[in-house]
This record gives sequence, C-alpha cells and structure tokens, in this order.
Amino acid sequence: MTDSPNVHHYGGDLFAGYPVDTADTAGDQAVTNYTINFGPQHPAAHGVLRLVLELDGEIIERVDPHVGLLHRGTEKLIEYKTYLQALPYFDRLDYCSPLGMEHSYVLAIEKLLDLEVPARAQYLRTLFAELTRICNHMLNIGSHVMDVGAMTPNLWVFELREDCLNFFERASGARMHSAYFRPGGVHQDVPERLLYDIGEWCEKRLPKLFGDAMSLVIDNRIFKQRNVDIATVSKEDALAWGFSGPMIRGSGIAWDLRKSQPYDAYAKMEFDIPVGTRGDCYDRFMVRVQEVYQSARIILQCLRDMPTGPIASLDRKVVPPKRGEMKQSMESLIHHFKLYTEGFHVPAGEVYVATESPKGEFGVYLVSDGSNKPYRCKIRPTAFSHLQAMDMMSKGHMLADTTAIIGAIDVVFGECDR
Amino acid sequence: MAHPAPLVAPQPALAAALRQLVGADLIAHVHTVDEDSITVAREAVAGVMVALRDKLEYQQLMEIAGVDYPDRPDRFEVVYHLLSVTKNHRLRVRVSTDEATPVPTVVPVWPNAGWLEREVFDMYGVLFAGNPDLRRILTDYGFQGHPQRKDFPLTGYTELRYSEEDKRVVYEPVKLAQDFRNFDFLSPWEGADYVLPGDEKAGGTGEAAGKGAPTPMTAAAVKAADGKAKAPPPPTPKTTDVPQQTGAGAKTNVKAAKTSRDGASAKAAAKTPATAKAEKAPAKPRAPRKPKTGGDA
Repeated sequence: MTDSPNVHHYGGDLFAGYPVDTADTAGDQAVTNYTINFGPQHPAAHGVLRLVLELDGEIIERVDPHVGLLHRGTEKLIEYKTYLQALPYFDRLDYCSPLGMEHSYVLAIEKLLDLEVPARAQYLRTLFAELTRICNHMLNIGSHVMDVGAMTPNLWVFELREDCLNFFERASGARMHSAYFRPGGVHQDVPERLLYDIGEWCEKRLPKLFGDAMSLVIDNRIFKQRNVDIATVSKEDALAWGFSGPMIRGSGIAWDLRKSQPYDAYAKMEFDIPVGTRGDCYDRFMVRVQEVYQSARIILQCLRDMPTGPIASLDRKVVPPKRGEMKQSMESLIHHFKLYTEGFHVPAGEVYVATESPKGEFGVYLVSDGSNKPYRCKIRPTAFSHLQAMDMMSKGHMLADTTAIIGAIDVVFGECDR
Repeated sequence: MAHPAPLVAPQPALAAALRQLVGADLIAHVHTVDEDSITVAREAVAGVMVALRDKLEYQQLMEIAGVDYPDRPDRFEVVYHLLSVTKNHRLRVRVSTDEATPVPTVVPVWPNAGWLEREVFDMYGVLFAGNPDLRRILTDYGFQGHPQRKDFPLTGYTELRYSEEDKRVVYEPVKLAQDFRNFDFLSPWEGADYVLPGDEKAGGTGEAAGKGAPTPMTAAAVKAADGKAKAPPPPTPKTTDVPQQTGAGAKTNVKAAKTSRDGASAKAAAKTPATAKAEKAPAKPRAPRKPKTGGDA
C-alpha cells in the first residue's frame, strides 16, 4: 500500500486489495502549449536573432521573431555623413556580401547625378559583385549544411570563401570591408595578375572543390530528409510576402533583377536563372548552388570582355584624382581637398535603386536635398521580409526544422537590423 | 541613358491608367529620374493599394520608407515601393501624415507590410490604423522616442553599460566626453544661390558645371539637360556633289597654277567649264560657328 494520491483502492472484487494507477495517460491529458526562446545567442541563428516559439509538443504553433538586437542606427548616421563617407557603412550591413550592398548605393548616387561610368569600371563592378555572390553563397551553403548536421562540406567551402576574401584583399586592400565601389567607378585598378588568378580559380579550383563538397550533400539522404518539403512556399505566397532573390526563385518564379532590370555590365552577360520546382528549403539551397556556377560563368565573361581604360569617371567634381596626379597639379590638389572635405553635391531628387544582392533585392531609397549629405537614405534589407514570413513558413513544422528554415533564408543581422 | 543604374522600361500608358483607376484620390503623379511616383490621399491608401495590386499588376510591396520634413504641416511622408514582376516596373506611392493622424494599414493587402509599418512607427512615430501588431521593432525593449525624426539627436538620450556593482545592465543619460562635432564643409561662396559681384559672367559662358558641383537644379533637371546635350547632331551628310562643297575655289586654282619652287610646272590650269562656273559663284561669307551647348568635358 502506497500513499500516492493517484492510487485508489476499489471496493470491487476484481481489484480487491490491488492498487490501481488512475493518473492521466497521453490520451486524456490536456497538454498546454509552451513558449521557448530560440536565441539571441544560438549558433544556428546566424547572428543575434531571438525567436519566441510557441510549441505544441515539438510542433511549432507560432513564431515571433524579435529583431533589432544589432540595430546600430546606420540610416541615421548616414544622414550626418557626406555621400562618400557614408559608403563604408554599407560594407558593414551585410558583412557576408559587402560589395553587393555598396553596389546599390553607388548606383543610386550615379542615377541622381546622371553620371556616366567608364566601361572598365562597370565590368570590374560586375566581376566583383559576382565574386561577392560566390563568397556569400559559400558561407550560406556551408552553414546551412552544418545547421542540419553535416560538418565536412562547410570546412571545404570555407576554403573557397577564403580564396574570395584574398581576391578582395588584393583588389582593395581589405578582406571584408572593401569600400571598393565608389560613385563614378571603383577605387583603384586591379593588377593584371589578379584577373588572371581569378580566371584560373573560376575555371579550375572552384568547380572542383565546390563540386566535391556538394556531391556530399545534394543527394545525401539525411540532408534531403531535413530539407525536402520543409517550409514550402507557393508562388502566390512568395509574391505576397515580398520575397526576392533565391527565396522567390526557389518558389519557381524566374525573377532576377540582373536579367529584368540590368545594371552595369549585366546586360551584356549571358547566364541562366535557376528556379526551384517545389519551393521548399531544398530548392532554395539548390538555387544557390546553381547560382555559384552561373556567377563563375559571368566572371569568366567579364574577364574575357573587359576593356582597358579609366576605372572611374573622369568628372573631377565627383571622383577625386589619384595621389600621384595630386603631387603634380594644383587643380588636382584642390579637387582632392574639396572632395574629401566638402564632398560632392547631389542634385535634389529621390531614387529607389535595387540590385540583385546575393540574398535578394537590396534597395536604397535615397532622398537628396541638393546638398553634400543625403537627406534620407532608407535601406531595404532583404532579410526583413523573409524573416517576417518565418511564422508562415514554420507553422506545423518541428522545432528542429527551424534551423533549416533560417539557414535557407540566408539571414545576416547586420543587414536586417541596420 | 548615361548612368549604369538598373534599367526600367518606361510605361507611357501608366499615367492614364492611374488617373482612371485611382480617380479623385490621386493627388499627383510625377515621372522624374526614370521613376514613377504618385501621391494619394491618406484615407484612401488601402483601397488604392488593392486596386494597384489587382488591376495594375503591382504584386509586390518591397519597402515602406518614412521621411521626415519638419517644416511641413503634415511632417511625415510614408513612401511605399511597389514592384510588378509581370510588367517589370516599379511604382512609388506616397501619403503624408502628422504625429497624430493614423495612416490606414495595408497589412490585409500585403502581409509583409506588418513589419514594414512597425519599422516606420518605431522610427518616426507614424501610427497605422488597423495594424494588428504595432509594436516597436528595431529599437531596444522599453525605448522611448522616435530616432529617425530630424529633431532626435544623433547621439540619443540614454546609454547603457554593465554595472559591476549592480551586476546588471544599467541605463543612464548620455554623457559625452566631447560634444558631437558636425562639421559644415559647405563653402559660403559656392553654396550661395545669388550671383556674387564680379561673377556675373560665370553663368553666361554656357559651360555646364561639373556633375558633383553645387547646383540649384534638381536631379530631373540635370537629367533633362544631359539628355539634350547628348542628343545626336542633326543629320548633315558631308558630300562633294558640287564644286562649292569641295572647299576649293578660284583661289585654290590660281595657287595651283603657279610654278612650284622646285621648278616643276603645275598641271595646266586650263579653265574647265566647271572651274569657270565655280569662279563666277559669289564667295559666300562663312557662317559663324555655332557655340557648343552644354557639353561637359
């Protein structure tokens, strides 16, 4: 005989003298949902994401992402800086694809100024934008497979990412925060040897190492179980939720700003847009894998067609002269001084310029009042709309699928929170 | 198209379609710097958005931006950026409001408007009537004020640090060792919009200012001026159908008839009927050369 409150003693014959356990079993217990925190310090959150998850057992009922933990007031700071001083802030938004962010900003300024950019500068920007895409996808693909349990491919593709960063360093002097794209062109010309090395890398090392790494995951049973049919997004949902980039292409809409609204030298490039068929995490992953090969194709075309000539506009009211020139000419000295103190003025007006950054549509809404500082610079992050759809995408999935869904969004909080 | 920014094909029929669709709620429609933007009545914005999405195929809402113009009576502008993936076109829709008047929400039209409106609310304090979840989004938990307003200081009001005594993060008023220095590099003799004495000639040369120089022109005016400057010259094919067009005339013939220095006599300058006719032609004074218009080096 025990003293447990759940144990009763029946008076009937059958159980006479035997204790009977009447505690609730799985069927008759009312399970209440419970809420857990995911992050803000979680390795699979790709930064500081806090998800408040409401769970029914292991099934996700509701997701409330809390963003803004990395909010640094970039847009406010830009209003207090000249146009050139504001440029490095864009590197620090999405620190995995810095040049993609710069691209939208310099194009917005050039559009307001109606400034012509020399052909070599346009090709160089196209080349480095695509190299940035490869660099970004290496990080995302690697961390996505690691989030769902594979270790080796991540280490391999990080080798390739390291190569990309070395190329950026040789072009601009900085591995990550390059500040290489400038209004009117690029900051400096690249050494011939660098172009040769990039071409060789795209032809030999990238396809081999990347192909090897991907052969480990794309047909892997566990990887497919973790990704196929997870967070399926229909075409209608993708449009309604403002998806862009690999997220909208994964849902089967062949929408790529490089093709539909070409900028810089993209109009002359030949490449394909990979699209998904089911709109799940696996499709988004595969779209990125294919985009790497297409980017390599664009880079090789840039290298083949790149003309010689100036690497920035020769309009000395916007683009400062080189230092060597400055030592020889009074005019250059004045321009150099004026451009690095007062900066150039942008005529009053407003533009919204969006480019196809590695993560999707990255837009800059620039309002100018005719002075040397932006009146308003609104940054349209790619992650904002995607992350907002977390609730819609994860409803009904398991808690463990959250990491796969976040991995397939490709979110970086520097950009999301600004 | 000089600049390398994304190319978007113009939509000539858009203005008429908008007027017909939006009607009286359309306050203004401008096409500047290759971009279309419309201003609509604040109360009607949700209905207009439904019409734009369903009738004019603007399927996606990419962005909602707030802009603060403290001098205006309705100081805030809420700017919606729409994208049509079928027509490959962007449209900017703007409404204006003040601190107290709410803007109707567009969450029922596009679900992703939820966070975008929350951000405008957080940054500017614009209220959105009907938004089901109008919390702050980017600023800290418990933050006060709206930091993107022009009257909010860049340095903010509070700062936080980890206090070793209290063993927690404490919030304190901002204490700066040095005031924020906002340098004004605008030179008074360049930013002035009046003609300085002695500078009267500066505007009359017809030479356009450089791209980044201070200019009272707007971006649209700059673009129009560039378009004019880059227009191809009128077609004047250079031919030599008649002797006058060759550039040679009687003077040349006389010179050619002279014996050259090395003694070789020039070809007999026998007067052919053509040259005779050319000599008789009255020597026209040369037309003055046209000044270059607006070319930039």
